[in-house]
Amino acid sequence: MKLVVAIIRPEKVSEVLVALYRAEVRGMTLTPVQGHGAESEQVETYRGTRVKMELHDKVRLEIGVSDHFVEPTVKAILSAAKTGEVGDGKIFVLPVETVYRIRTGEKDQEAVTPVAQLPSD
Amino acid sequence: MVNTPTINSADTAWMLVSTALVLMMTPALGFFYGGMVRTKNALNTLMMSFISLGFVGLGWALLGYSLAFAKGGSWLGGLDYLFLKDVGLGVSSQGAIPHLLFMAYQATFAIITAALISGAIVERMRFVAYVAFITLWMVFVYSPVAHWVWGGGWLSTLGALDFAGGTVVHVNAAAAAVVTASLLGARKDFARLAILPQNVPFTLLGTGLLWLGWFGFNAGSALGANGVASLAFVNTMLAPMGTLVAWTTIDLVRTGKVTAIGAATGIVVGLVAVTPAAGYISPMSAIVLGLLAAFPSYYALLWRARTRLDDSLDVLAAHGVGGVFGALMTGVLADKAWNGVENGLLHGNPKQLWIQFVACAATVAYSAAATFILLKLIGVFLPLKASDRAQGVGMDVTQHGEEAYARGEGAVLMPAEGA
Repeated sequence: MKLVVAIIRPEKVSEVLVALYRAEVRGMTLTPVQGHGAESEQVETYRGTRVKMELHDKVRLEIGVSDHFVEPTVKAILSAAKTGEVGDGKIFVLPVETVYRIRTGEKDQEAVTPVAQLPSD
Repeated sequence: MVNTPTINSADTAWMLVSTALVLMMTPALGFFYGGMVRTKNALNTLMMSFISLGFVGLGWALLGYSLAFAKGGSWLGGLDYLFLKDVGLGVSSQGAIPHLLFMAYQATFAIITAALISGAIVERMRFVAYVAFITLWMVFVYSPVAHWVWGGGWLSTLGALDFAGGTVVHVNAAAAAVVTASLLGARKDFARLAILPQNVPFTLLGTGLLWLGWFGFNAGSALGANGVASLAFVNTMLAPMGTLVAWTTIDLVRTGKVTAIGAATGIVVGLVAVTPAAGYISPMSAIVLGLLAAFPSYYALLWRARTRLDDSLDVLAAHGVGGVFGALMTGVLADKAWNGVENGLLHGNPKQLWIQFVACAATVAYSAAATFILLKLIGVFLPLKASDRAQGVGMDVTQHGEEAYARGEGAVLMPAEGA
């Protein structure tokens, strides 16, 4: 099992979600974050006060996947999040020791395998 | 209006207030539109309304007013009032108020009409090109059409009834809006991503302020503190009430829920529809007009959402369809017993409906054609549309170098510019 952590542009989130959906990757956590990479600072002016915005808005995706899903997940993000300009973000693939599914207490492989959702209404 | 030799204090007081009320409608429109775009475009959308107060307002005082209201031909006014020459404290030829006040009152109409167009092209038109466009549009499109209807031009000779600007303001702006949206093309995310409103309360706030300002717009168009003003005032209250009821009921029946943006849209459509009719129809007719006005605009909106036309904030459905419906219904419901001017179809004068139709058709044809030519000309000198990348980052940062909701974390002070 791996945890795929991706830092991407906010304006690319929808495209990445669509790409992940097409790659049949289900289940993820999404957080708005701010960060600083190699991207050039954007300058804003408020009543003569000029500021450099050193932190840029980004979105952090966390996706827990079984090993054979790592490649499709990474490929989907790489293709959908790319603009070709500095600031497109990073993908980290981390080893995972244990995963539990809270609802059932299932562990590891079973816990990261999506279940067919029964329609609730 | 009859020529009145002297200035009336009550009329002047009401028109001073009305002028301020209508001026407020343009910032209100900014909030109405600004709530419906995405966070990254909120300031840009508000600024598209606010900037009209400057460029279009000055353009009106210096040139537009003369082209609309100075003596001229049946197609265009003259240059007698260029740079406010002879626009003084003497009585206006249009009412018992100072001429200068009449010019200011009309300026507020020119300003909001130009700003109305912005609803169709938000989140993608480059700001500088937009400012150039609305300023020239006011001179070459709004001023002539205002002259046709109110300045003694051919539509007033024909007998078209437009109390406060159904054709001059709303149909005119909507025709220009559709042409601008089609020429510019859709936003890069249009029909690909869900584009959600950033602040629905802003839209409701803007709607409330628009309604308040609209009392100046419609009741002020009587140009006096009198019975006709009272009729227009009450009709401006009753018609949107009817549209609000009808719109929310359609919402409820269709989807099971009453939406807030739907309610706001319903109110604006009612205000638009009653604008040409306000001083010409009975209060009961205004209620009927308001109730009926919801239907064409509601379904125009649903239809537009299925097309490729990115009229982003539905200027066509609200102002175009609502404006044409109101103008035609004026020709149906006009009642000489209330207005002392002319009857409509229901009161035995079917010809009026035809005249109303001609006024709408002429306005749409001229506005669409002139807008097309203006944009093609401006496009030679200035790119009209922001790049996909600029749209992605957002128009606030790329056009204005500001954010609507800046948090300040990670912002580093820089030395002042040019110090």
